[in-house]
Amino acid sequence: MSVTHELMIAGFGGQGVLFAGKILVYAGLLAGKEVSWLPSYGPEMRGGTANINVMISDTMIGSPIVTNPTMLVAMNQPSLEKFEKDVKKDGIILIDSTLIPAQVKRADVKTCYIPATKLAEDKGLKGLANMIMVGKVTKELGVFDLEVVKAATSKSVPERKQDLLASNLRAIEIGFNYMEG
Amino acid sequence: MAEKVLMKGNEAVAEAAIMAGCRHFFGYPITPQTELAAYMAKRMPKLGGTYLQAESEIAAINMVYGASAAGVRAMTSSSSPGLSLKSEGLSYLAGSDLPAVVVNIQRGGPGLGGIRPSQADYFHATRSTGHGDFHLIVLAPNTVQEMFDLTIEAFELADKYRVTAMVLGDGMLGQVMEPVDISRAGNITTFAKDWALTGTQGKRSKNIVNSLYLEAEELEMLNLKRYEKYAEVGKYARTDSYLTEDAEVIVVAYGICARIAKNAVNGARKKGVKAGLIRPITLWPFPKKQMKAAAATAKAFVVVEMSMGQMVEDVELSIRCSRPVILCSRTGGMVPTDEAVISAIMEADRTERS
Repeated sequence: MSVTHELMIAGFGGQGVLFAGKILVYAGLLAGKEVSWLPSYGPEMRGGTANINVMISDTMIGSPIVTNPTMLVAMNQPSLEKFEKDVKKDGIILIDSTLIPAQVKRADVKTCYIPATKLAEDKGLKGLANMIMVGKVTKELGVFDLEVVKAATSKSVPERKQDLLASNLRAIEIGFNYMEG
Repeated sequence: MAEKVLMKGNEAVAEAAIMAGCRHFFGYPITPQTELAAYMAKRMPKLGGTYLQAESEIAAINMVYGASAAGVRAMTSSSSPGLSLKSEGLSYLAGSDLPAVVVNIQRGGPGLGGIRPSQADYFHATRSTGHGDFHLIVLAPNTVQEMFDLTIEAFELADKYRVTAMVLGDGMLGQVMEPVDISRAGNITTFAKDWALTGTQGKRSKNIVNSLYLEAEELEMLNLKRYEKYAEVGKYARTDSYLTEDAEVIVVAYGICARIAKNAVNGARKKGVKAGLIRPITLWPFPKKQMKAAAATAKAFVVVEMSMGQMVEDVELSIRCSRPVILCSRTGGMVPTDEAVISAIMEADRTERS
């Protein structure tokens, strides 16, 4: 039985949701999956809302548009409000609970609350809440190992920013190992 | 298998052009194709090529004219409003029998329109890209891999027939990132261009590249000759088919819409409707024969496109309106949903076999 994971990662422009999606897609590619990455583009990239459609599949991907995600990663309140209703039954909603005080209303989905922004600040990784979410997504997806995501990150961080690689990798680990409660 | 790389559609077109030997790119920024120009700006200087951001789209297409007349592979890219501006230059290129590659990453129109994906330039690309009797070869990729493959083919066809070849994408194909195998570039042909303006060195009579012919007899003769060439190009008309063997409802869609339509064909099959998909890969020449062959067994057609209905007319013409053709479309930057296409297929399935 072929499985297609359809992810919607949404937040403010500048939170790094496009980059987070890129890491996940790259990891999928390294793991031998079919992948696609479709960004919202245009004015929203300049500080408004941004979202990214990510597909990771065992088989050829049809349309790269995600209308009913199997996983929603909400990095801000408007994103949760906008996309909560679209998530597939038995899907997963991951929430940055530092920035989203609201609870998920639906009972037919799995929900994970991660204070990603606060975790990042506490560990001296300000601005890397997106990578903490990447770690958590990796754990919840179970499609590729932590090591594969780390390899994808190493390849995606440009040479002139290699000094930031270690902190990115640390953020991913924090998200991967985070336990609620 | 070669290692695949992740690329945006726009970047894949640019990389393909470079691999096809294009070292002269003239552009002007416009969303949603800007990554293409940005990629060229980054790479061309390192390859000893020319990346030039022109003062306007009109200037850019005329620079392509000049470079092409000098015998090199030249390219420009833009999005819908920019293509309107290039129309004059495209007509001059055709009138002078110059090869060129032009990319249109379509956005919603008319006017400045929007920046969301669209296919509303189908008529512009296949019918009236400029004034006068002429055609472009129009190739319609539907994946990032095809953005790469068809760009290389566009350069080959352009040189072979001395015509402009257009790669017609849309905002979504330009922006989506997918794995690409760039080792598939294959062999690039070097065409002898004995017509090019390379300087006579005092050794041959001069070449002239021109589109002005004031003698009507001469102009008619040239146009007739050019159309003989177009007839030859007709053999390149091609499609990709999916589940068409037993299909009673044929869905026709190109570009990104074909991927949505493929999902819908699968969805309709689950509901017990024998649906199939024909995806034109060349929009000009349009695959008329393939449509006509499908009409022999199908009872109805559904055309999916992101416009008010443009390719639908080519489908109707190809099958001489012998079957009902239902249009399922969105416009202005909106994208049809799988569900809407499935509904259209169900509606088509209810039509009586004539």
